[in-house]
Amino acid sequence: MTRHYSALSLLKEGLNDQRGWQKAWRSPEPAGRYDLIIIGGGGQGLATAYYLAKNHGITNVAVIERGWLGGGNTGRNTTVVRSNYFFPESVALYDMSLKLYEKLSLELNYNVMLSQRGMVNLAHSPNDLEMAARAVNAMQINGVDASLLSEAETRDLMPLYNDSPTARWPIYGSVLQKRAGTARHDAVAWAYARAADRLGVDIIQNCDVTEFIVENGRCRGVRTSRGDIRAERVGMAVAGHSSALAAKAGFRLPIVSYALQACVSEPIKPALDCIVLSPSTGVYASQSDKGEMVIGGGLDRIPSYGQRGNLPVLEHIISGLLEMFPSFRQLRLMRQWAGIVDVVPDSSPILGESPVPGLYLNCGWGTGGFKAIPAGGTLLAHLLATGTHHEVSRPFDLDRFARGRLIDEAAGSGIAH
Amino acid sequence: MQLFPCPFCGPRSESEFHFGGDFGNLRPEGSDVSASEWSAYLHLRANPKGSSSEVWMHMTCGELFRMDRNTVDNTVNSSAELEDTHR
Ligand SMILES: Cc1cc2nc3c(=O)[nH]c(=O)nc-3n(C[C@H](O)[C@H](O)[C@H](O)COP(=O)(O)OP(=O)(O)OC[C@H]3O[C@@H](n4cnc5c(N)ncnc54)[C@H](O)[C@@H]3O)c2cc1C
Ligand SMILES: [Zn+2]
Repeated sequence: MTRHYSALSLLKEGLNDQRGWQKAWRSPEPAGRYDLIIIGGGGQGLATAYYLAKNHGITNVAVIERGWLGGGNTGRNTTVVRSNYFFPESVALYDMSLKLYEKLSLELNYNVMLSQRGMVNLAHSPNDLEMAARAVNAMQINGVDASLLSEAETRDLMPLYNDSPTARWPIYGSVLQKRAGTARHDAVAWAYARAADRLGVDIIQNCDVTEFIVENGRCRGVRTSRGDIRAERVGMAVAGHSSALAAKAGFRLPIVSYALQACVSEPIKPALDCIVLSPSTGVYASQSDKGEMVIGGGLDRIPSYGQRGNLPVLEHIISGLLEMFPSFRQLRLMRQWAGIVDVVPDSSPILGESPVPGLYLNCGWGTGGFKAIPAGGTLLAHLLATGTHHEVSRPFDLDRFARGRLIDEAAGSGIAH
Repeated sequence: MQLFPCPFCGPRSESEFHFGGDFGNLRPEGSDVSASEWSAYLHLRANPKGSSSEVWMHMTCGELFRMDRNTVDNTVNSSAELEDTHR
């Protein structure tokens, strides 16, 4: 059976009629007991399993997923990875993630198609430009690459941007993070799943966690649609469904679930080399390797678990996009969809032990947790293996709300994604 | 485009409304409110999957009201003026 992916194995399997490929992961029956359980087979949960095995040598682990791997937000996102945040705590987290992304394909023997094409955050007025300079300074002080571009430098990167003298959102300059880019979302989930499986982790799909087993106030496992599964500690990485599961464990979270929408156009020739975001319209776009324009914007305004998204927000996003790139008017939209994201008041994630001892949280990523998959996995693995915080996750503990130590990135970097 | 029922103006476009949080999340009174009670009031949310009782504002008329709806299929069950205790 061929397990390793390489040019040589491609050639070998090509000659062999592709019959020798080993399945990327097993589909085991759940055992009754594991050392550790992770709820949620999105990128965050699967990465946690991989780093538990790799960094801590703990392999008696199960990932329990209600649907299919990556079928949540991981397979629905617009795949932007970047670390251009404002506060040092955030930069430590997101740059840890970007650095792990930079070597992920090699490490996992799986091409996650990381494309560091650069991300441009536009400034539409002299005031925006001052804030842009402040953002660049903050990033450079925090040790992350960032540069301030002039109007001409910005237009060079996106020749199709609206250059009419009456444009509603003219360009005054921009912030460029060169190391930012995109990665293939499914590949990230599949790569971690395959690597974790190979190290001995059980990945269990079509298994719904319905209750927690709590004994003497401590979480001892989960009740699922496929029976009880016990463990020493349980980690939970279920994104927009965090509040629903927290209610089963008897606590509330500072989270509201909203639909976040995205859409793609028909494929066209290369027309946009970078990722571009306008903080004023909330719209961002990039061109996929297939040539489709991948378009995203702000959250829906109505809390919802309905994975559809609503029309007024889609209309707002499209009108913003056309104001930025009038020629995109000719494009036909191929698909529109939404994912349910877990929105926290300070737009920063929650990592740490829950109010129920033995149950650990990885949630609150909201509109931006794809870029954080390698770091979120590393940090939840550290929490589950040691019972204590990694120094990078400490500021993101749930206790920051009562302590008044919010890490307000919506105010800091002014970016929702 | 969904229509939401304002108890004062009748059915209006969803984009005229603003979500105001859980119905029944009342401000803790008194001078000895602990940090965790304050934080719970300010930040913790029920965020239920299914039926939900919420406070909304109809921004056009500026009135707050209670709306009961389903967060999965987005249907609205009822909307009503707030009782005096919730103003
Ligand atoms: C339209 C859109 C665009 C986005 N764009 C970006 C972007 O450009 N860059 C970026 O960094 N982030 C982006 N995000 C956010 C990003 O997708 C998420 O933050 C990230 O994928 C979260 O990963 P996760 O593994 O925590 O969640 P998910 O991938 O949602 O995984 C959670 C899993 O838990 C499972 N689950 C839930 N309840 C249960 C249960 N009771 N039992 C068992 N399993 C359960 C779900 O089925 C799901 O598979 C975007 C999101 C959306 C919706
Ligand atoms: Zn009204």
